Amino acid sequence: MQQVGDIGGTRPILEVRRLKTVFNLGSAEVHAVNDVSFHVRRGELLGVVGESGSGKSVTMMSLVGLLASPPGEVRGGQVLLDGTDLLPLSPRALSDIRGARIGFVFQDPMTSLNPVLTVGDQLAEPLIRHRGMNRRRAAARAVELLEMVGIPDARARMSGYPHQFSGGMRQRVMIAIALACEPDVLIADEPTTALDVTIQAQIIDLMQALRRKLGMAVIWITHDLGVVAEIADRVMVMYGGQVVEEAPVRDLFEAPRHPYTRALLRTVPALDGARAHRLNTIDGQPPILFEAPGACSFRHRCSQADARCACANPACCKVAPARDAADDPGTGHFVACHHVPAPPGAPATPVAVDA
Amino acid sequence: MLDAEAPEPLVEVADLRMHFPIHAGVFRRRVGAVRAVDGVSFTIARGETLGLVGESGCGKSTVGRALLRLCEPTAGRVVIDGDDVTALDPGRLRAKRPAMQMVFQDPQASLNPRMTLKQIIAEPLNVHTDWDADRKLARVRELMEAVGLDRRFVNRFPHEFSGGQRQRVGIARALALNPRFVVCDEPIAALDVSIQAQVVNLLEDLQDRMGLTYLFISHDLSMVRHIADRVAVMYLGRIAELSPRDALFARPLHPYAEALLSAVPRADPRRAAGRRRIVLAGDVPSAARMPPGCNFSTRCPRAFDRCRTEAPRLAQAEPGRHVACHLFDPQKPAAG
Repeated sequence: MQQVGDIGGTRPILEVRRLKTVFNLGSAEVHAVNDVSFHVRRGELLGVVGESGSGKSVTMMSLVGLLASPPGEVRGGQVLLDGTDLLPLSPRALSDIRGARIGFVFQDPMTSLNPVLTVGDQLAEPLIRHRGMNRRRAAARAVELLEMVGIPDARARMSGYPHQFSGGMRQRVMIAIALACEPDVLIADEPTTALDVTIQAQIIDLMQALRRKLGMAVIWITHDLGVVAEIADRVMVMYGGQVVEEAPVRDLFEAPRHPYTRALLRTVPALDGARAHRLNTIDGQPPILFEAPGACSFRHRCSQADARCACANPACCKVAPARDAADDPGTGHFVACHHVPAPPGAPATPVAVDA
Repeated sequence: MLDAEAPEPLVEVADLRMHFPIHAGVFRRRVGAVRAVDGVSFTIARGETLGLVGESGCGKSTVGRALLRLCEPTAGRVVIDGDDVTALDPGRLRAKRPAMQMVFQDPQASLNPRMTLKQIIAEPLNVHTDWDADRKLARVRELMEAVGLDRRFVNRFPHEFSGGQRQRVGIARALALNPRFVVCDEPIAALDVSIQAQVVNLLEDLQDRMGLTYLFISHDLSMVRHIADRVAVMYLGRIAELSPRDALFARPLHPYAEALLSAVPRADPRRAAGRRRIVLAGDVPSAARMPPGCNFSTRCPRAFDRCRTEAPRLAQAEPGRHVACHLFDPQKPAAG
């Protein structure tokens, strides 16, 4: 749909393998991220969907050392940015990568912007820190960035403070800061959740235009299936700290395979077409993982659950080739469910194996 | 009165205004007002659900609060089941309260963390009835069952429950006194997608069983389409369009309603690719400095000269559909 360049052919700019993150609460441990593997290529937008507590934000924070530690602790895995593993890096080296090569946009721009610094100073800071610009050059570049994200009268707004900006404008400032050093990967964690739909539409348009212009990889975390359907090239669905399904966007929405994804898509009422008499629900609650999952974490809410689901945690395997995008070992329809077997003839390859 | 065709309205709101004064300077003189609600009129029939949608700051929650007189409206009339709520003295207002209740957005914030479920749900009974403890406990258990909570949990505290279950507690409390009219102010906004559907189904079941009338305030248009019979779209303190659900979602008339509906992302990638989306430029103006004329004229893609000078009134554009827009004013055909 909105793919940029030859996505199928390029090698991933960011590749995460079997990431594990645990919160140590003293008396108990919560296994928030369990063997999560995924990748994203240059110019590609990967949508990450899941409910609160599914581990989607913790996964992304773990990648670049943004997790408060303690209680958070990355227990294993690899995070390869252009081939270099980030996890063994020192805090200092990681901080060189954050902002410069991986940009972040958070949900609530009011809490992630510094209220006592002007917008201009906050924009100039990464340029001075990572690019070694002097103040004057950084300020000039900051004005360009504000213009790029569509803030009118950018030069005058440089001396404004965050509280003088509206919610949508603040999120534009956050995006400008994240893009200041032209990162290879932009991670956007619910960037439009706090915004109204008409403002959300503006931000989505802006992000699509910038992605096309700068050719960066984007990871967009959201709980809103509608947003994902509009913007993503590929979608990864998380549940209970694991990836339960991953597929090109149309494959996922038109032929969802995992019982959780199917149920989730059915619970959302449509805005047009036939109106359901009664909403479909998923009974029960999402799990809290006090131990590493030894069984399918969705089994208590799943209508298909049987004995097998209670004794073994299904691996996320490729069950079908991509229908809507170029198929290759790293692209296709991946599902973690005992009830979705790989088609005969197709090798069932776990995602974690080198793509 | 609007909607004269509706047989017997339970709620009638006429020209409701809620202005919050702005004070400034050394003497805290009144220098202006935030016109949060600026002349809103509608009716809700018995057993009907009216959806009230709009973006943050449009005044939809203030309408809900003013209807139940949780804040004192600046002007206007609110008749609920025969009584003008805005004119009741404190004693009679108190006697009226059991008939009109509210379900709040955030069950985390609206339930006292130090009270047990029994105390929370029984509180309206303590205030409005002289029942003995046994009778109250029996009623609490009955309510918990009605909202799908295990009756053995009466002595537990809110923090022991998930968000969806807490919202059930809030609903049980609102229903304790057998209200006729319930204002649901963003009741599902704080809940996860898979839990939202559970709560909406519960609200619908209770409506059928108890003959409730709802004002369902939400920014979630697809959920409003599911639950509401008619929908009012608010923009900056005024109603832009008030239409039956199916008509509104099939073909919104007011340019703002049209833009709002087109901005909602659809969970359908194939259609998303080809869909025309109206992206409104700019932000919502401040309710303290309303633009002259139509309040939407600063962002409206179809605005013409008259819109910038003269405020449109909410008038019937088609049978049952009311629109505040000069494009649909039947008396003076628009020049644009």
